[in-house]
Amino acid sequence: MDIGPIWRAMLRNKSGFILIALQIAVTLTIMVNAVGIIQERSAKISRESGLDEANTFALASVLFADYEREQRMVLIDEDLNLLRAVPGVVDAIATNSFPLRQGGWSMMLSLEPGNQTPESVGSAVYFVDEHGVETFDVELIDGQNFAPNQVVWWNPADNTWPAYGIATEALCQELWPDEAVSCVGKTFYINDNDPVQVVGVVDRLQAPWASWTGVERTLLVPQRRASEFVRYVIRTEPGMRDQLMPEIEALLAASNKDRIIRDMVTMDDTRKLAYVGDSALVKILSFVVLLLTIITGLGIVGLASFNVSRRTRQIGIRRALGATKPAIVRYFLIENSIISAIGLTAGAALAIALNIAMVEAFSIEPLAWYVIPTGMLALWLVGQAAVAGPARRASNITPAIATRSSSG
Amino acid sequence: MLRYYLKLGYLSIRANPALSLLMIAAIAIGIGACMTIVTVRHVMADNPIEHKNDVLYHVQLDNWNPNDPYEDPNEPPVQVTYLDATTLHQAGRAHRQVISFKSDRVVQPEDDEILPFQQEVRATTGEFFPMFDVPFLYGSGWDATADRAEERVVVLSAPMNERLYGGEDSTGRMLMMNNEPFRIVGVLDEWNPVPTFYDLNNNPFVGSEEIYTPFSLAITGEWSSSGNTNCWKSPDESGYEGFLNSECIWIQMWVELPTAADKQAYARFLDDYVMEQKELGRFPRPLNNRLSTPEEWMINREVVDEMVSVLLSIAVLFLVVCLLNTIGLLLAKVIRRRSDISLRRALGASKTELFRQYIIEAGMIGVAGGIAGIGMTWLGLRGIENVFSEYDFIQYLVTMDWQMVGLAVALAIVSALAAALYPTWRACRMSPATTLRIQ
Repeated sequence: MDIGPIWRAMLRNKSGFILIALQIAVTLTIMVNAVGIIQERSAKISRESGLDEANTFALASVLFADYEREQRMVLIDEDLNLLRAVPGVVDAIATNSFPLRQGGWSMMLSLEPGNQTPESVGSAVYFVDEHGVETFDVELIDGQNFAPNQVVWWNPADNTWPAYGIATEALCQELWPDEAVSCVGKTFYINDNDPVQVVGVVDRLQAPWASWTGVERTLLVPQRRASEFVRYVIRTEPGMRDQLMPEIEALLAASNKDRIIRDMVTMDDTRKLAYVGDSALVKILSFVVLLLTIITGLGIVGLASFNVSRRTRQIGIRRALGATKPAIVRYFLIENSIISAIGLTAGAALAIALNIAMVEAFSIEPLAWYVIPTGMLALWLVGQAAVAGPARRASNITPAIATRSSSG
Repeated sequence: MLRYYLKLGYLSIRANPALSLLMIAAIAIGIGACMTIVTVRHVMADNPIEHKNDVLYHVQLDNWNPNDPYEDPNEPPVQVTYLDATTLHQAGRAHRQVISFKSDRVVQPEDDEILPFQQEVRATTGEFFPMFDVPFLYGSGWDATADRAEERVVVLSAPMNERLYGGEDSTGRMLMMNNEPFRIVGVLDEWNPVPTFYDLNNNPFVGSEEIYTPFSLAITGEWSSSGNTNCWKSPDESGYEGFLNSECIWIQMWVELPTAADKQAYARFLDDYVMEQKELGRFPRPLNNRLSTPEEWMINREVVDEMVSVLLSIAVLFLVVCLLNTIGLLLAKVIRRRSDISLRRALGASKTELFRQYIIEAGMIGVAGGIAGIGMTWLGLRGIENVFSEYDFIQYLVTMDWQMVGLAVALAIVSALAAALYPTWRACRMSPATTLRIQ
């Protein structure tokens, strides 16, 4: 069928078509930009923390009685012995924070001693003992774990940092970006002047802040801190977590009455909480895209139905003059394709403009190249599907209509 | 005539139920999407202390690293050091001044039935209450004498008083925290500023603290901050004393300066203070002090999440799609009623009268869409509440006030009228003769 007559017929009644084309254009604009954000956030949510998340939980012990430092050290040792002896517990540590918790400790690391410079690298730090690697379930890809004698108690009178550290691969690469060789044995400086030698490298262990750009940079520090507030991270055998959580909470609460046990949380819940904003955004935008497609689809159905009923007589005449049913259907499909082509072309330009504006104004990544073509194809298909119903109704108009006198 | 047009409009809407419903639904959904985001934004950007916005100022001093600003390009630190906070507070050069921070304490209720629990406590100087217009139900706050004498006093929020003492007047009783007794001197009335403008360092939507104690007392007790602490270099000395004397920032400072002249004088005073400190070897960066009103401070700290702004722009475009849809449908309706319009014109109706009739009809659709839109907004807010259900504070952000309801209806009517303009204009332009001839 010739596009020419269809195009000329459309020109006779521009406004309705222009409106639909505009609607398709704006729909495409919103759709691809929303999908871009959905993609970005979904990728962020699906990153791994490095932990055995399904079998790990944490809780905090808060001392409120006045304990001497030595008493606090004894209590932490007792707690850890108690925890590690529970059947079903793989390992446990006392630490300051853990991945996805959204609160923690970071330090600036430099390759030279002295005050930090713009070249210094920020890294999360987790204070652990030699059980850190096992509890966090991280894989040592280079070097080795801390030896028990490398683990020290923090001394408030002396502010120096331990001389050893285990770094994530990402931290190594950030500190020594040009070198392909292992970073085990290399030294950096923490707290301005304290040297730290890398004894091991782990594949992946995220920092506590999910939205931080340096989230993969983490340092394990072999230091134990005898403060009033201690966080325990506990890893259990597969499937044992839910059963052990209340048992362990009761066990710790009963073992010492001068403290409270609080903030007990599974890694699953920690992950949910860390990504609430992102997963909410994904849900909201997915809903928006769906709703928008429906509304635009209904708009196309409405306009097409209206056109069919308005042209009832002309369609009847064409049928009487020998046009087949498929030819009538094809007419409406081609007409819709022309509108879509105009709308989608304008929409692609608008979408790129909006994306450029949003990338500039907000912390959003530019669209991947294939999102716009895919969106165009999808909306063209939606248009064809929407117009199919009215087109079929049009093809069912009897040629006899042509002989009647009233117009639609 | 108006009643007649209203009746005509009603009949016309009734005559095309599917089309009319589609139009109302399109407006309602567009309004709903827009108003949901506008409402959340409205609450987030709300200034709870608006009535004192022109007299309260957040204080910033730039004691940061000479090689690296606190934040690019040249932002001063968002909190102040203990040294500066206490020196400026003691100088007392503002009408009122407040230095405060939050800390965690374990509350040990008298009632053995209630287990000890950890609670966030605000350690502050006494002028916090009059400065931020905090209302009291029983008793009062404490004065400067109590601050200086490190009196062991405490003020409870109404919910905390309800929890610990069943809501009765608890002033004069003793509250145990970390094995230390505190005398209750006041109980607050309902007071829950959202966002907590006076401390925007952590989540500002979780509500204000439930317990308040004197700042000086917290320092003597060596309490540490449960908010943010940032240091650009490590303390020269060790221990709490070393921390107090360090360049670490962890205290929020606010001053009340009733007139512009007061503000100028105070800014000069801050400059002089920093210049003096420079002589002592502190403040290595160029002079960069700042006084911000609560509103300026909230904008600076980006209290409104940027994703809300992204969603708002998407929601506005969404409304545009819904309106384009409505325009298309109205146009279809007008063209379908060509003969009716022509007949009325032929019988003597003027263009103005036709215009009025159709605009009134569109207005009716707008009102219907607006009312349905309020429902949609309510649904939208419930949806937001649902996808954010892990956040306890989300309830504060998803409440609609009358201002928002009015805005929804106004937006709906304006949208419907805007959508009706072009189709109505088309209707008025139809010449009676041509259309009638087709019949």
